[in-house]
Order: sequence, then C-alpha cells, then structure tokens
Amino acid sequence: MAHIVVFTRNTPDTAAKVEVGANGAVTWGTAQLVLNPWDEYSVTEAVLQRDAHKGKATVISIGGEVHTDALKQALAIGMDQAIRIDSDAEHDALTFAMLAAAAIRKLGDVSLVIFGKEFVDSNSDAHIYMTARKLGWNAIGAVSKILALDFGAQTIRVERMIEEGKQVLSTRLPCVISVLKDINEPKSPSFIGIRKASKATIPVWTAADLGVSIGAPVVQISAYRNLPVRSGTCQIIEGSSDQEKAEKLIDILLKEKAL
Amino acid sequence: MSGIFVWIDHFRGKALPASWEAISAAQTLGGEITALVFGSGIGNLITLAFHYGAHKVIACEDATLADYRLEPYAALLTKLVKEHMPRAVLSGATTRGRELMAAAAAETESALLPDVTELSVDGAAIKAVHPAYAGKVLSDLAAMTPTVFITLRSRAFPLPTPDVSRSGEVINIAPAMPAEQIATQVEAFEEQRGSVNLTDAAIIVTGGRAVGSAEGFAPIRELAEVLGGAVGATRAAVDAGYIPYAHQVGQTGKVVSPNLYIAAGVSGSIQHQAGMRTSKIIVAINKDPEAPIFKIAHYGIVGDLFKVVPALTAAARAKLGK
Repeated sequence: MAHIVVFTRNTPDTAAKVEVGANGAVTWGTAQLVLNPWDEYSVTEAVLQRDAHKGKATVISIGGEVHTDALKQALAIGMDQAIRIDSDAEHDALTFAMLAAAAIRKLGDVSLVIFGKEFVDSNSDAHIYMTARKLGWNAIGAVSKILALDFGAQTIRVERMIEEGKQVLSTRLPCVISVLKDINEPKSPSFIGIRKASKATIPVWTAADLGVSIGAPVVQISAYRNLPVRSGTCQIIEGSSDQEKAEKLIDILLKEKAL
Repeated sequence: MSGIFVWIDHFRGKALPASWEAISAAQTLGGEITALVFGSGIGNLITLAFHYGAHKVIACEDATLADYRLEPYAALLTKLVKEHMPRAVLSGATTRGRELMAAAAAETESALLPDVTELSVDGAAIKAVHPAYAGKVLSDLAAMTPTVFITLRSRAFPLPTPDVSRSGEVINIAPAMPAEQIATQVEAFEEQRGSVNLTDAAIIVTGGRAVGSAEGFAPIRELAEVLGGAVGATRAAVDAGYIPYAHQVGQTGKVVSPNLYIAAGVSGSIQHQAGMRTSKIIVAINKDPEAPIFKIAHYGIVGDLFKVVPALTAAARAKLGK
C-alpha cells in the first residue's frame, strides 16, 4: 500500500524573535506558531508522491493541542488525514521515537515516512533516525530528490546531499527519509484544501492507546538561556575611495589573524 | 563503564575535521579515548587518529563498510557499545554522524546530546550546551544514561595539534552485518564543485539578494578563492536561482561558525543571522547603512558590493602576495 506518513508540529514563525523571559521560559512575543518550516517540504513531497502513486498521505503530530494548526495546514496543502498524539509528559527525541514508531505500527500499512530536515524548536533531527530504529527500518537523511519509488516492488532510489557532494542510494521499503529544501517547491494550501481542513475531525491518540509507557526523559533540559550579547558596535571603515576602505579592512583582518 | 569512543567520520579515507575536533571534546570528559575507524583503506586514518590524540583505535576494515551506509555502521557501533559500555560516544554533527549516533542511541536506549557547542561532566551527568529554536536561544542539557551519545557542532571545539610521534594499540574487529543483509546500495556519487565544505570553512564570503544574478556571484567567488574560503548565499539568493541550495546559510540552510564571515549585499534577516551569528569576526558590506547586518557585524563598509568586493580581492591579493 502506498501509505505515506509525515510527522510535523507547530513551531514559532521563522521571523519571530525568540527570547528567554525573566521566568526562564522561551517566548516569541506575538509571533504566530506555524508548520515547522522544514515540513513544508516533507508535506509537499508526501502529497506529490501520494498523487503519483494513488496512495494515502497521513500527517501526525506528537505533543498536544498546540499542534492542531500545523495538522490543519498540512491537510489544507493536501494530506488525506491527520492524527494528533497527545502526551503531557516532557519529551525527548527517544520518547518521540517510541510514540512515532507505535503510531506507525498502529496504522499498519505504512511504507514510507518522510520528515523535514529537523524540528526548528528542538533544533535537532535525532528523532528521525531514532524513529526508524524503533521501527527496525532503514533511514536515509538529507534527501534532495526521490528518483524512483515503487510501492509494488518496495524499493526507493534517492539522491542525497552529503558534505562532499551528491550521492545516489537505493534501498528497500519500508523506510524513513528526511528531505531538504531542494526536493520540491512547497505547495500552498488551496481554497478547497482550507475548507476541507476546517471541517476535518482529527482523532486524538494517547500514549496509552499506543501501548507506550513514558518514563522520565533521558535528556533533561535544565535551562534555556539567551545568547550572549555581542559586545561593542560595528566599526564602519571610512575612506576616500573603495580601494582605501578595502585596504584598511584587509589590514585590520590581517592584524586580527582572520586571514 | 569508562572510556570515551570517538567515531571518525570520513569519506573515502579523508576525515572530516569535525572528527578530530571530537577528540578535543573527548578530552574535556576525561578517560581513555578510543577512536573507531570503519571503512576500507583506513590505514592512514588510524595513524592520524593517534596523532590527533586517540589512545587506542578499534578498526574495522571491510568492503561492506567502504561507503558509509547506516545499516552496517549502526549494527557495528551498537555491538561495540553493548560490549564496551563506554561513558560517551562522540562524533561531529555531520550528515553521517547525526544519523549514526541517533540510530545507535535508539538501539541502546541511550541519551543523545545533539549539535553540542560546550561539554562538561557533573557527577553522573554529562552536560552540554545546545543551540535551540533555530539557534536563537541556548539550552542547557543533562544526560544521565550509562552511555551518552554526543554530536558536536563543527568548529565548536578546537582542532588538536597533531603529534606525529604518537601511536598506540589497534584492535581489529569484524563487521557486524553480512553483505547480503544490507539493503542500501550506493549507486553513484557526484563531487560538489568548489569543494570547500561550508561547515568546516574558516572563511566564508556570502552573497545576498543584492548580488542580482548568477553572474553576480563571480566577484564573491573570486574573493573567496583569494582568501581560501567557501562561498555562502542567503535564502533570497538561492530562491532567486543565482546559486545552488548547497551554499545556503541560515535557518533553512547551513549553520556555520567560521573565523571570518564576509556578508556582501546581505540585509541580515533574523533567519540568516540564525545561521551565522556565532562567526568569530563578521564583516558587512551593504549600500544601506541601516541594514540589520551592521547590528551584528564587527566591521562594515557602506558601499556597492560590486565595487567594494573587487577592491577587497585586489587588496587581499596584494597583501597576501597572491
């Protein structure tokens, strides 16, 4: 079955100024929460592949009600169904992976899970590969193109970006991939999509429904801190010509041992 | 339950600098450092691992490991961790390192501290600083499991000074997964043009939307070449099709931390800053003296990048004798 799953969540808008308040909590003022920016690509790719293979595309969030908007956005872009997994417990990547893997098993017929490159709030991609291993599936990260996908033969061939260049890899389905910005032009929600999403009922699953017992997280966040304030101001290099300014700047950079 | 493993990430026998930086990071944790070197034709890497500070090397030389693939690498690392129970397993936060550390952490129910910029030990806990919210704030993390997996942000820890007199014990082991069980095949590889890796680069010259066209990147490239640096780009320049995505720096691109970051025609959006604000020295070149980039830059030239950048190239050529 050509059933594709995307996991997403609501995160602060990329233009938001994120700070740690006096109470130690992370705040983003009046900025809106949006679909995790990297997931515009994973959701779009799931919709494109679903269309190409006449399959089904499901979007899932893990956390709570706060992620409903991200699920609706994904539905408006074209996902077929959304599921919200609610869990109040403090999450780390390993807990996420246990819940995600249990949800995939419950769906039963999933062959491909597509993640965006990372979640911008946790600023990590560890949950992607952990989910794959909890399923006992293979994972390929940093995919820039799906070259071939065959749900019948259960194979996938992808191009991926590594530090040294581009690689072509093939592997068996089911598997987990993460996709980069290069993979597609993100789809915007359609008018019909938005109407459909607003009417959609989103089932809520709990950890107990999934048979997952959540213990204490193995990674604890003891505090959030603001970035150190950069001391000093910008020294504007003055001069009578661009050439003079350039020479002054190169001299400074040589003195600073930056060159 | 002692000792630190450092996985040496390499491509066809060439190690990523982040792998040697990981040996520096391991030294902050204390204990015996064992470098894990997997692959084919790895003799030179074993020698280098000792030069960079490893006390011991566990080597697996095998054709199935010639190209990194997650399945055989994760199987081997998981087996080694279960056998030796190291206090920590370190790797650069490279594409391969992030996959492999997370996979082996999941297999062993261990904590993973991702993309770490600072590291310390506090009793039974390993503590780390991890930039969160796209690098806009810092989080202090603590991990308590018997083995802790850690990926390290490139250039956050110093490259150790190699000592060519050093050597040590090499333990050769067999792979953990037979060839026929490995589903993934590497079919082709195409090297990146101008192969300076942005995350490893000591100097980056970045062009923004003001570069105006693909040809407009020529002076940026020329300056980068004279300085021995890499070429970066803003999202606006990438989205406009001036340059491939591999060059993008920022929230939806690469996070970099060079010694010198020269931003030419870059306005300095909050998303771009998220990818470069930890650079040691930031230079801004912009026509608009009010551009936000000047707020985080150390040095600035107000002017037209098409005049200032070639002037910098000429000045650098003359003064560096190139």
